[in-house]
Amino acid sequence: MTTENGNPAKDADVQLPTLKAKDFTTDQDVRWCPGCGDYAVLAAVRKTLPTLGRNKEDFVFVSGIGCAARFPYYMETYGMHSIHGRAPAFATGIKIANPELDVWLVSGDGDLLSIGGNHTLHIMRRNVDVNIILLNNRIYGLTKGQYSPTSERGKVTKSTPDGSIDSPLNPLSLALGADSTFVARGIDIDAKHLTVLMQRGAAHRGTAFIEVYQDCNIFNHQAWFYASQKESRPETTVECVHGEPLVFGAEGDKGIRFHDGGLEVIQLGGEYTVEDCMVHDERNRLQAWMLTRMHYPEFPEPLGVLYCDPDVPAYDAALQEQVAHVREQRAGQDLAGLVQGKETWDVG
Amino acid sequence: MDAFSRAGSGPPPPIGTCPVNTENPTTAASSQIKDMDAVAIRFCGDSGDGMQLTGGQFTTTSALFGNDFATFPDFPAEIRAPRGTTFGVSGFQVQFADHHIHTPGDAVNALVAMNPAAFKMNISDVEPGGVVIVNEDEFTKVNLKKAGYAPDENPLDDESLSTRFQFRPIPISRLTRESLADSEMGAKDVDRCRNMYALGLVYWLFDRSLDTTIDYLETYFGARKNKPEVAAINVAALKAGYYFGETAELFPVQYKVNPAPLEAGTYRKISGTEATTLGFAAAAEKSGTDILYAGYPITPASELLHGLSALKHLGIRTFQAEDEIAAVCAAIGASFAGNLGVTGTSGPGLALKGEALGLATMLELPLVVVDVQRAGPATGMPTKTEQADLLQAMYGRSGETPCVIVAPSSPSDCFEMVLEAVRLAFRCMCPVLFLSDGSIANGAEPWRLPDLDAIEPIPVTHPTEPAPGDERLNPYRRDPDTLSRPWVIPGTPGLEHRVGGLEKQDVTGNVSYDGDNHQHMVETRAEKVHRAQAIIPPLEVDDPGDTDVLVLGWGSTRGSIIGAVNGLREEGVPVAMAHIRHLNPFPSNLGEILEKYSTIIVPENNTGQLRFLLQGKYLKPVIGINELKGRSFQVAELRDRIRTCIDEGSP
Ligand code: SF4
Repeated sequence: MTTENGNPAKDADVQLPTLKAKDFTTDQDVRWCPGCGDYAVLAAVRKTLPTLGRNKEDFVFVSGIGCAARFPYYMETYGMHSIHGRAPAFATGIKIANPELDVWLVSGDGDLLSIGGNHTLHIMRRNVDVNIILLNNRIYGLTKGQYSPTSERGKVTKSTPDGSIDSPLNPLSLALGADSTFVARGIDIDAKHLTVLMQRGAAHRGTAFIEVYQDCNIFNHQAWFYASQKESRPETTVECVHGEPLVFGAEGDKGIRFHDGGLEVIQLGGEYTVEDCMVHDERNRLQAWMLTRMHYPEFPEPLGVLYCDPDVPAYDAALQEQVAHVREQRAGQDLAGLVQGKETWDVG
Repeated sequence: MDAFSRAGSGPPPPIGTCPVNTENPTTAASSQIKDMDAVAIRFCGDSGDGMQLTGGQFTTTSALFGNDFATFPDFPAEIRAPRGTTFGVSGFQVQFADHHIHTPGDAVNALVAMNPAAFKMNISDVEPGGVVIVNEDEFTKVNLKKAGYAPDENPLDDESLSTRFQFRPIPISRLTRESLADSEMGAKDVDRCRNMYALGLVYWLFDRSLDTTIDYLETYFGARKNKPEVAAINVAALKAGYYFGETAELFPVQYKVNPAPLEAGTYRKISGTEATTLGFAAAAEKSGTDILYAGYPITPASELLHGLSALKHLGIRTFQAEDEIAAVCAAIGASFAGNLGVTGTSGPGLALKGEALGLATMLELPLVVVDVQRAGPATGMPTKTEQADLLQAMYGRSGETPCVIVAPSSPSDCFEMVLEAVRLAFRCMCPVLFLSDGSIANGAEPWRLPDLDAIEPIPVTHPTEPAPGDERLNPYRRDPDTLSRPWVIPGTPGLEHRVGGLEKQDVTGNVSYDGDNHQHMVETRAEKVHRAQAIIPPLEVDDPGDTDVLVLGWGSTRGSIIGAVNGLREEGVPVAMAHIRHLNPFPSNLGEILEKYSTIIVPENNTGQLRFLLQGKYLKPVIGINELKGRSFQVAELRDRIRTCIDEGSP
């Protein structure tokens, strides 16, 4: 039995467990600050896993260092809280050793984009079958409030008292640049939406990169409020649905059109209609690229699955295939033969 | 007196003799054959001249003939340095003998120099009376200039060459071209056969058969590369060189080195890298555990990645990571998931892996880290050997991070020591560092094939239920003997658990900031490594009796130490020797052994790192002989330095 997207599921005759969110809850006290956006994401993940048709023991959560990286301690699955920035490398090793495992990587913007930027880049270009949840709060929380690689220019923090002078990294642009095969964005407090993204990501064979706008209510409170709050969200974000026109606004009165080599916001109802809007095509990398470059306030920021290419083989699957092929080719070549080598001579 | 003297023994022969030796006439038709007990030959030329191949072929031929041998490939870091320059010189030295030898030889008995730069860089290593063959065609104005000779200076004009050496300038380039005049191949291809012409000549000089090399050329160029025409001209050049030696009467005698009386068995030639590769393949089979070798290209460890990447059919997968850190992390991830994670590197890479080794120590997962040491610090001299990572292996991490350390003592020893490293990693559930070095990895020697069935299986268990009496899994519930924790792997129902770099409460594995627990865990991790002594063989001492001097070594210095100590014994100076292959923990009887001797001498290719450890642990004065010249000790020099140490007494 496979799901529509080719995700391996258990044999049909194997009784799938009926798991609930609480089955994925450990006895450890969650130590995030009260009100931290991580709580909502944790709850959403715990709710999502039971819907994936896998056994509990097949899940592995891997993280780096940072507030978000405490995640594995709170998931009643196999887990590894590793070292700063290197989670993608651990996850890759786990998948190579046992591709049957369902590996999830949860970490923050400092961890995955700064100290671990290199590994994030390479896990995506290799297309290792791992689900990455990047909890982006645009700040260093655990080290108490330094600006992060996603902080906006001019950010005043403890380490930048006069304002930061470097430009923020756009995680989704980076993902596309690294040829990621699944790129999506959600918001911490919208569990329903996140669940759909995670289900899609889990079904995707290859690296699924999901950026989550996460509120650090201690050091960067309200950084995403423009996008996350009920009142403002319809005007500041656009939901990308495959095959649907890119329409947004509380009244559905605005759209995104492709014009003059780029995107622009159009007011619907007058000069323009829905027909003029760009239709979201999640298989179109160039369109996805343009969407990732839409920043508030010039544009609404895109949410949903921006890009998905299910046809690129996953690294771990390709490796298994190669191993099987070599085994077949070299059947009969054993250790003794290898030890003997090409030339030998006898003494005595 | 021989034109050659056996490396490291006896005074040099009188200068200026090119003796025509009439002893031991043989049945050879055209010339006389003289028996030698050991010969060191060095082939050198531009790095594009195929010297490694030439030396490798001579070695294989000698091996199949039955000589004992040891090789020393010495190549530049530059892949294709500007042709003809001194920094582009590549050399390959092989000593072959009719008795047991342990080093590639101190002095060169026969030199083949393919261009002026190679001549310039190597001539000083040739012993007086030794054979010097040069390709005189390459000593052109342009090439002499590239090699840094003054205008109008040609070293071949030095008349003393023919009195100091058996000096033979030969127009190898021209002779190669002439011998291949009938070939349709282009000038470039023809010129590339010069090394085979020279090899053919050397084969004649040492009365060797051409068969092995002809087979090789036909298989390599003919069958594998599908270029039979290239194979044909190489074979033709090889034969032409041989016949030239036979007919030109350049040398009054041929030399012969008889087979060595090695222990009965089937042998092969093996390099340290090959033996390491085979060791991992054997470990995978003996433990029933697949291996993930994750590496990042680095000299001189890359060959290990190459070798292992071809063994997918034997339970080994390789992963070329994006950097050194990712490599060790992927290996740790693989170990978490039930494979044996292995990573390989050299000193600079080991430095990068330090933090992850700390994590593996906290996670208490098996891991093997191969460090093929090279001359440092920083990039240092990447193609040259050194033993200066011992203290890094011992201490180069944050916090108290004890790791097991083993070190092979010769190329073939890598096989056994890899099995040992893997055995220890599984037993201790911690990182094991395997300290090889450039000379071990690239050097080669004969290896008696092991009886694979006689190798003990390596026990590995993955619990599928909690320990007896426990309701749920306690990931840090330790084995009372080994102190190791259970290796439960993901996918095991009901035993889900989390590991991580934060300090763990013993038994439960929960995150703990408790001071008493931390002290307990630090001590427990150290004690766990210490208890590995239980399966480490006691150190053996080779003691001739009547001596209170012990020469103690580790790693690649073994060959030089054996040569030096044997030399002293022949002089009537009794000296004991021992070689440590387990550096952490040390063999349990080491302290006792040190007590027995009043003078302990430790030769190392570093500034005294083992000495530091020994003195710190056993509070016993130790004399160091330390050399960092990018190569192992010369036997004669080491012998003299040990003698001086003995004469001068304790430090
Ligand atoms: S510091 Fe910020 S990100 Fe970290 S736990 Fe507190 S609220 Fe969450």
